[in-house]
Amino acid sequence: MSASEQRQGVNQAGRESAAAKPRWKILLVRPESVTFVLLILATIVASHLSPFFADLGFILESSTYYIEFAIVALVLTLVIIAGEIDLSPAAMMALTACIFGTVLKAGAPVPLAMAASLVSGLALGAFNGFFVTVLRLPSIIVTIGTLILYRGLAQVLAGDKSIGSFPSWFVGIDYRMVGIVPVPVIIFVLASIALGLFLGITIYGRQIYQIGTSEMAAIHAGIRVRRIKMGLFLASGLVSSIAGLMTASRLGSVRYDLASGGELTMVLIVMLGGTYIFGGRGSILGTFLATWLLVIIATGMTVANIAINAQLTVMGLLLIVSIVATNWIYARSQR
Amino acid sequence: MSTPGTGPLVAARGISKSFGGVEVLRNVDLDLAVGEIHALLGENGAGKSTFAKILAGVHRPTQGTISLAGSPVEIGSPIDAQRLGITLIHQEPLSFPDLSVAENLVIGQAGGSPLKRVRWSELAENGKRLMSLLGVAIDVRQPMRGLSIADQQMVEIARALASDSRLIIMDEPTAALTPKEVETLFVIARRLRAEGRTIVFISHRLEEVRAICDRVTIFRDGEKIETAPTASLSDADIIRRMIGRPLGEFIHRGTSHVGAVALSVSGLTLPGRFENISFDVRKGEIVGLGGLVGAGRTDVARAIFGVAPAASGSIAVNGKPVAIREPTDAIANGIAFVPEDRAIAGIFRTLSVESNITAAVPDRIAPHGLIRRAAEKAIGLEQVRKLRIRLASLRQPIGELSGGNQQKAILARWLLSEPEILILDEPTRGIDIGVKAEFYEMIGDLAAAGRAILLISSELPELLALSNRILVMCEGRLTAEIPRAEATQEAIMQAAVPRSGVHSHSAGAAA
Repeated sequence: MSASEQRQGVNQAGRESAAAKPRWKILLVRPESVTFVLLILATIVASHLSPFFADLGFILESSTYYIEFAIVALVLTLVIIAGEIDLSPAAMMALTACIFGTVLKAGAPVPLAMAASLVSGLALGAFNGFFVTVLRLPSIIVTIGTLILYRGLAQVLAGDKSIGSFPSWFVGIDYRMVGIVPVPVIIFVLASIALGLFLGITIYGRQIYQIGTSEMAAIHAGIRVRRIKMGLFLASGLVSSIAGLMTASRLGSVRYDLASGGELTMVLIVMLGGTYIFGGRGSILGTFLATWLLVIIATGMTVANIAINAQLTVMGLLLIVSIVATNWIYARSQR
Repeated sequence: MSTPGTGPLVAARGISKSFGGVEVLRNVDLDLAVGEIHALLGENGAGKSTFAKILAGVHRPTQGTISLAGSPVEIGSPIDAQRLGITLIHQEPLSFPDLSVAENLVIGQAGGSPLKRVRWSELAENGKRLMSLLGVAIDVRQPMRGLSIADQQMVEIARALASDSRLIIMDEPTAALTPKEVETLFVIARRLRAEGRTIVFISHRLEEVRAICDRVTIFRDGEKIETAPTASLSDADIIRRMIGRPLGEFIHRGTSHVGAVALSVSGLTLPGRFENISFDVRKGEIVGLGGLVGAGRTDVARAIFGVAPAASGSIAVNGKPVAIREPTDAIANGIAFVPEDRAIAGIFRTLSVESNITAAVPDRIAPHGLIRRAAEKAIGLEQVRKLRIRLASLRQPIGELSGGNQQKAILARWLLSEPEILILDEPTRGIDIGVKAEFYEMIGDLAAAGRAILLISSELPELLALSNRILVMCEGRLTAEIPRAEATQEAIMQAAVPRSGVHSHSAGAAA
């Protein structure tokens, strides 16, 4: 009798308030934990594969190709946490870069051409945002549509030839160094810090998580859901045009197929960073770590003379492993 | 309790169920005999619907076993249940609105190969036969959309007959029916019993339970309190077991002073949802809004709060007309809305209690856009203390709290916005009885502090106990305004039940 009463009491307490989780458990379910572990593993494996790998300068130099996508992936992280997705950034990179090239070829000075590229990036983002926030269409469909549309427009605008002969000061951003660090990497690190703070300590960051957790609850709490989502799509367009300019500078020319297939690399980075595809969970730190994971695997395998095809296979497997691990840990923590 | 003669049809042992750490059903043992009508009674949230859904395969029990006709069964899905001969008739009929009645009747029935053609005429013939068995005039070729709730319910019952169920669970089947329709339903239920089928009947109306149920089982707070023959318990016995205390304690007679009109809506219309809704709510007044599920009460609230604004009509706050196009407009005008569906429209399940509480007042925790953790924590702690929210930590995901404490957190969210007008939509749904009393007290205090409160509730005792005035909606229209002195459950139900169905029963059915 008294035993059952006791059990009753325990049950009662359980119904009212679950005990707080221990700190190590909270740390473990952080979205970027798996990424961090994989990053360390990858570094160890890569340095065993090739003695050349351990050279930090070499890694940084070879990162510039991925860094352009990674900068866009930072903003994409916010978009995905808010419960939407944008698959058109790579196409926006190409179109805005082609606009830059075309304006430049028409005789305008570089700053004007850059401005045209940035403004058009905003316009393309606004176009995406209009369909998602005003017409309330699913962003995955809208941005698959605009991914094809923007790439097509780039081809219409620039034709099949590349536009080049940029002024020499504009070309070669990836060879400009601060110490041993290329400028694109510096931009990426600064952008990561800025967006990490934005997401972590501003009210807008908080509201992005709230929208992604439950859009319905966010609407009922008076959060301006549509305005914030529009802002995110604008940011996505803007950052795509910046990344497009960086690519143009690195290559010294632009063509309609610039950054072709880049949207998948971006999504790969975001997912690898532990951000939840259905929104509400994720972090800039995760995306930051995932970028380096990708860079280390790619360069590690390159120096180990592993063919490109095999590299893709490894990355695909990694993505699946990280998603399974993240979801498994997350599901366990929800019990 | 042992069942004489043949074994029970259903023997449930030690059934427990938790949702996200909240235990809604605890160690329930229950036998259902062959050929009986068995009532499940209990307040909203007592666990009776959850138990019914476990029998019907909608939920899986966290613990416990179920035997059907002596052999243990695993009811993993509604399809399993149907195969075992168990049908659940939902409170709000679930159907495919664009398919015809006849098609809806055979949804979920196995049989036929993918390439076999559908015999439409046979389908329609069967449908007609079932409808005539039930004695209702519904054209089985017309789509479900457009049928009244009562007719949809009849279709659900016909579906149970079509699949030849041994166990038919009716979850508040009479809530939307006219007295004549209820009589028809009872005739059918008695016939089904005579055929040896078992019926589980969930209802709030004791007189109906008395009319047809052989035995009753009373749930309270997730536990089975008692199973007994209906005749052996008086109404007072049943109520005492349901609420665990005498009714009197519930009554909160507010001593608030009713002041000027705070919220005034007139001619509010949203086609297909509600029409020409006009009413006032004064400061310090609690206005109850009653009616059946689906009468449009929530739609009116959503329109006032700007979630789904009305197409026409006007809203005035403190005498001044205001334009409310989205919730921010409503909040700026001092309106707060605690929505009915807490899980979807209320909480951010995986986020901290703290961020849930402060969600509607960004300016108070982040004056220049930057969140001040200390201020947020202080606000959170203050609300936790004020509303006696029980939790382990403010950083805990809100989904880990019990339903009552989640609801308190949502209420706290809105009290922080210091609203003058508070719309509460089913504020005590799915909440433990003890916490419910706390809520009643809080609502009374809020009115006493001069707030205007619009209280939407399907629980008549709640409306009667708290409201100064009760408005009743039926099929999108306001059908009655009843002052407290004249308010009775009968008066509310009379105004809430649709009178002009597709096949109108004579108005002489007035009770």
